Amino acid sequence: MITTGTVQKTEKIPIQNSSDVVAVRQRVRAWVLEMKFSLVEQTKIVTAASELGRNTLEHGGGGFLELAQVANGSRSGIRLRFSDNGPGIENVELALKDGYTSGQGMGLGLGGSKRLMNEFEIESKLNVGTTVTVIRWK
Amino acid sequence: MKDLLSLIQKNHESILQDWLRDLKARITRSDLINDRELTAQASEVLSAIRGAGGNSSLENFDAAEWQPLKDVLGNLSASWATQGFTPSDTARFVLSLKIALFDVARKQWGNNSEELFAEVFRANEFVDKLALFTTDSYIYGRDQIINRQQEEMLELSTPVVTLWDGIIALPLIGTLDSARTQVVMESLLQAIVQTNSRFAIIDITGVPTVDTLVAQHLLKTITAARLMGAECILSGIRPQIAQTIVHLGINLEDVITKAKLSDALWLALERSGRKVVRVNTAKSNGTSAAEQRGE
Amino acid sequence: MERIPILRMGNFLLVTIQVDMHDQLALTLQDDLTNRIAEVGAKGVLIDISSLEIVDSFIGRTLANIASMARVLDAETVVVGMQPAVAITLVELGMPLPGIRTALNVESGMDHLREILTSHEENYDYDGDSTED
Repeated sequence: MITTGTVQKTEKIPIQNSSDVVAVRQRVRAWVLEMKFSLVEQTKIVTAASELGRNTLEHGGGGFLELAQVANGSRSGIRLRFSDNGPGIENVELALKDGYTSGQGMGLGLGGSKRLMNEFEIESKLNVGTTVTVIRWK
Repeated sequence: MKDLLSLIQKNHESILQDWLRDLKARITRSDLINDRELTAQASEVLSAIRGAGGNSSLENFDAAEWQPLKDVLGNLSASWATQGFTPSDTARFVLSLKIALFDVARKQWGNNSEELFAEVFRANEFVDKLALFTTDSYIYGRDQIINRQQEEMLELSTPVVTLWDGIIALPLIGTLDSARTQVVMESLLQAIVQTNSRFAIIDITGVPTVDTLVAQHLLKTITAARLMGAECILSGIRPQIAQTIVHLGINLEDVITKAKLSDALWLALERSGRKVVRVNTAKSNGTSAAEQRGE
Repeated sequence: MERIPILRMGNFLLVTIQVDMHDQLALTLQDDLTNRIAEVGAKGVLIDISSLEIVDSFIGRTLANIASMARVLDAETVVVGMQPAVAITLVELGMPLPGIRTALNVESGMDHLREILTSHEENYDYDGDSTED
């Protein structure tokens, strides 16, 4: 279960085409710079965002990214929530395994993003959609 | 609080004296602070309270008027922490102000028990807030010291040395935990870029044990270095660690390992197209040129 | 349409990726490179990613694809200048890019390519069944 915290600021970014995925990277980078994450953390977060953003586009048929700054006690973090109304993932466990792919590519998006972030939560319903939420704490 | 505040203004001299008298009795570390300093610090706190002005209310400690007082208390806490006072000492410093305040209140409102109680209660709450604030600041100050020391230790324990042009070494000393290994990983990779080194020797002679997590981190570092175009050589693996590695099923197939750092250096020199050759001169034979001439 | 420029240096091709590529640009690069390799008979490809701050699995796959395609066309590929943070992230992502040659910078990348090509020549079996390196 993902940690709930108080939400501070938020931003919503549409993901409808590949330029939007570039925009996702740019916006997430702007956020992590402002939140003063270390360089390695910045790279991990933006890369995870790129993976999940691309998944939303290619497997979810397009959707949204909701960025949020969260606080839990004395620590603060960045939360990324990718949601789509696509076909959903039939076998989440399988999808999280490295190397699994339902289409082109090496299928590292989900499992890889999980490793790059501190917290990971996925909700998916067939023919309804998928929401992936990840958090990285400072 | 208004009444109490104006009381404090009028009687600040006697309040200070009462407070100091009590402080000297309570605070047992006369080796850490002398009378003069104590007087100066107490006066500063009292001035800051008086300086809050007539419109301040005790309930709202977050109001801007109380910031100067918070600053004074914060500085005091921080310096007391560095000097070696305990948290109780610092709290006692503030709490003993109550005695002086209650005394003044009693003199003013002694005949009216309702009002006396109300003012005493307010004074009590107020001083409690000050004490809690001071304690928090104290702890914050201590945490800062600890963090700084940890950083220094981390830096000291992960030095990267240049053995030769393009060959660096990272001698690891002490127990590696997850956090430290990550820091080590990052500094090694940075050093590779900065020194433009194709070879990095990670020497673990000084590491007593290696567990799966640490081994994984090391492997990740080696893989990352390879992605950057540098080759890592692991050296100084003691027999016990070799056994642990095998028992844990850690796969070191793709990693070059050498028992001794000198072997690792030799390999790196070789791979970078260099050779170490013995040169036969008089000097190296232990005889000086003069001796050879027979003088 | 914007393209990533490909520089020719004798037998080698040099590509410097400086922008955050969107998918189409990456695919165009793959096309352009393979065409150019064939066109000039290049023996080596140097991909400079020292300006790339983010390399996700898509870019990783692109680099792997370029290397594979180049090899089929008898050219070797070296990826140079990967930033430490990027390397750490790729490893964590689970993409160690096996089989892709790497070097610290363009200069050592060139040296590396020359080494490989010289060893290819040395290994060439004039009987016709050329040995693998």
